[in-house]
Amino acid sequence: MTADPYNIIITGVGGQGNVLASRVLGNMLVRQGYEVTIGETFGATQRGGSVMSHLRIAKEGVWSPQIPRSRAHMIVSLEPAEAVRVLKDYGNEDVRILSNTRPVYPVSVIAGDVVYPPVEEIRSGVQALVPGARFIDATEEALKMGNPILSNIIMLGALSGFTPLPIRRSDFKAVISRFTPGDALDMNLRAFDKGRELMKKGKSKSVKRKQKSHGGKI
Amino acid sequence: MTAGAKKRKEAPRLLMGNEAIARGALEAGIQIASGYPGTPSSEIIENLSRSAAERNIYVEWSTNEKVATEVAAAASFAGLRALCVMKQNGVNVASDFLLHLAHSGTRGGMVLVSCDDPGALSSVNEGDSRPFARILEVPLLEPGDFQEAKDMTKWAFELSEEIRNFVFLRSVTRMSHASGSVIIGDLPAETRRPAFRHKGSLLDPDNGPVISLFPGIPELKHGPQQEKLRRAADIFEKSPFNTYQGPEKPELLIVTSSACSLYSREAVHLLGLKDRVGILKMGTTWPLPPELVKRHLAGTDRILFVEEVMPFLEENVKILAAEAATDLGIKYFYGKKSGHIPSVGELNPDLVLSALRKILNLPSEKDPSDFLKKAESIAASAAPHRELTFCPGCPHRASYWSIHNAIELDGREGFVCGDIGCYTLGFLPCGFGTLKTIHSMGSGTGIAGGFGQIRRFAMNQPILAVCGDSTFFHAAIPALINAVHHRSPITVIVLDNRGTAMTGFQPHPGLAVSAMGEQAVDIDMAEICRALGARVEIRDPFDLEETQRTLNLMMEEAGGAQVLILRQACGLSPEKKGKKLFEVKVDESVCVGENCGCNRLCTRIFRCPGLLWDGQKKTARIDEVICAGCGVCAGICPSGAITKREAQA
Ligand code: SF4
Ligand code: SF4
Repeated sequence: MTADPYNIIITGVGGQGNVLASRVLGNMLVRQGYEVTIGETFGATQRGGSVMSHLRIAKEGVWSPQIPRSRAHMIVSLEPAEAVRVLKDYGNEDVRILSNTRPVYPVSVIAGDVVYPPVEEIRSGVQALVPGARFIDATEEALKMGNPILSNIIMLGALSGFTPLPIRRSDFKAVISRFTPGDALDMNLRAFDKGRELMKKGKSKSVKRKQKSHGGKI
Repeated sequence: MTAGAKKRKEAPRLLMGNEAIARGALEAGIQIASGYPGTPSSEIIENLSRSAAERNIYVEWSTNEKVATEVAAAASFAGLRALCVMKQNGVNVASDFLLHLAHSGTRGGMVLVSCDDPGALSSVNEGDSRPFARILEVPLLEPGDFQEAKDMTKWAFELSEEIRNFVFLRSVTRMSHASGSVIIGDLPAETRRPAFRHKGSLLDPDNGPVISLFPGIPELKHGPQQEKLRRAADIFEKSPFNTYQGPEKPELLIVTSSACSLYSREAVHLLGLKDRVGILKMGTTWPLPPELVKRHLAGTDRILFVEEVMPFLEENVKILAAEAATDLGIKYFYGKKSGHIPSVGELNPDLVLSALRKILNLPSEKDPSDFLKKAESIAASAAPHRELTFCPGCPHRASYWSIHNAIELDGREGFVCGDIGCYTLGFLPCGFGTLKTIHSMGSGTGIAGGFGQIRRFAMNQPILAVCGDSTFFHAAIPALINAVHHRSPITVIVLDNRGTAMTGFQPHPGLAVSAMGEQAVDIDMAEICRALGARVEIRDPFDLEETQRTLNLMMEEAGGAQVLILRQACGLSPEKKGKKLFEVKVDESVCVGENCGCNRLCTRIFRCPGLLWDGQKKTARIDEVICAGCGVCAGICPSGAITKREAQA
């Protein structure tokens, strides 16, 4: 581990499985002997709002459930605009970013009051600032697997090759079987493996695909 | 670290604060737990209800918080240990009974847990329940980490039995909904046999009747109650839950509690101040143990209070300092009163950092780096604000659509008094700005009833109220009785989505199931209203046309109080979640987009997140990942471009 505590933020939009992802990851790291503190917001924020989980991974001790500003080491975002939102509050020169490419449009965008830029623009903006930032099509892959909710697990799998932390498949298997019903285990393992595979493939292709802008007044 | 925690070899578990509190209660051997759902408290009762069968305990979601405390108190009177859980607002509701209970005292250990929500992350206010401990004259505990959340809860029952009064334990969102390491302890093997002894004399605390006060002789009950509190203060002098970290004579002493102690520690760590600044983390925050506090005050001249939400420690420590001023001399206090700590909203490590910088004259924060400036500028365009909205497929969106349209059609500037639940968001664009008053549970109906009475002074506006199904049982019934009895011409709309949706779908008295999953008597709210003499209609809010027609008729005919029940299960209810009723499509050739109704009616006005506006094709479309398949938008589109087809199972 490069820092102690190592600070991870998992962010997304209500309903994307943020809380499950953070608790699974936290428990995986507890199995590796770390002391983990997780801060979470859920409640009203779930109804269409941004959600964030703060994970403090430490050799020992309980840490603040809110990470101090500009001190994230890793940002995992289930939604591209949320990666940017967290970056401005918690980012720094050394931060790493792993983001899903699929937007969840805020209602103000759907209504046409505000513009959501093309994902390609978000990606290039983020990568100009954080050169190693990775974007993967987790939701598209999850849809292929039959359930978009699996995108959070795909992101966790992808994270395993992207951080100095020991994120092990065996820990994932042990933890996820406690969190989800038995028949979902296989599906979750496949999603986790899919995430790892996407990272190995290197640059995700589809982000280069022409993305349309939504909600533009034009 | 608290006593007992480190002794065991058991590997730590990652527990949510609320899970730790539930575990502590189980380790204390509770046999009864009651509560009313409210963020951030709900997971405590949920966790206990999952253990109910295995641990042979009784767990209930009570009708409201006052009833919940009464249920728990009964168990205590019979010698059992009982836990009662609520969010901060619930303490307001329960306070009438609690004031009496604090006088009468308890027998079996009883602990009241209040989970506060600094910053109102999921509340309509950010009340601080701690001052209640002072008003009630009962001991108050505040855990500062997850291990303490468990250990302190367990110990609270011992304290309660020691002083024979209930003990108040206060958590906050960043403790209840955060997770951390907990080493768990053993669960007791024995259970107690309850017996309510009432044949003793009136003043016999063990065997007499349990009554709160003798009229005209307050000293008989109030006196012993205050004696109990003094005993608690003595015990607190040596409590392992009050800890000090720092030099013997710190330049600055931070006095803090709860999650704020973690923010304080982090701030001191980041500034490298551990040899200059001491942190007194109080776990027993009312009554403050005076000797311990004075000892720490003696070692320094400057004191900073870091707490949420009210200046509770700040004021109480200042009182102690004033009392001991002849020994202690002059002190400099920093906190909410001095403006070093904000008096509104939740705190975080950064706010403590800036207070420390100011007080200790440290170099102020660097200007934001280039990196942050650039991130800020990307965010300005790439991170559009997310306003809160109802879930896709939520029945409230459909209900408000009809209510809003009915009021517009009626044309007399009718308005709706709101209440507490997911549907509180009805004041926002997602509910078409329909709600015009929002206060506490049940107050929508009560306020509407009052508006109804002033119609006699030639006010012509139609008056409506909404309340949820759980809220109806919780607090709206007395208000409805008042309105019916006094012939207040109002229309109360019950948004019956078959559960307490906001907090995670807990059952309520209208459903045939209890917290423990057992069969319960489902109380028919329509029959209650009819029995009161109110006109009652029941409609499906997904039938937009019929709902609106009914509402318009009711508004026209309002002679006395009447009730419209709009019944449709919450989009996240177990029977609906993840299942699409309809395949919904937008026919691009039919969609007229910007030329539609009042310009893109579906996406601009109706605003279900399952709909998208395709800026290039200039048509609406369905987001298949988000759409819940409720089919309501098909009834919105005036051109009939949105079609629904029953989904294949
Ligand atoms: S949880 Fe249910 S009631 Fe609440 S906004 Fe979502 S669908 Fe509506
Ligand atoms: S069917 Fe229409 S109204 Fe219902 S969830 Fe889907 S997009 Fe929203």
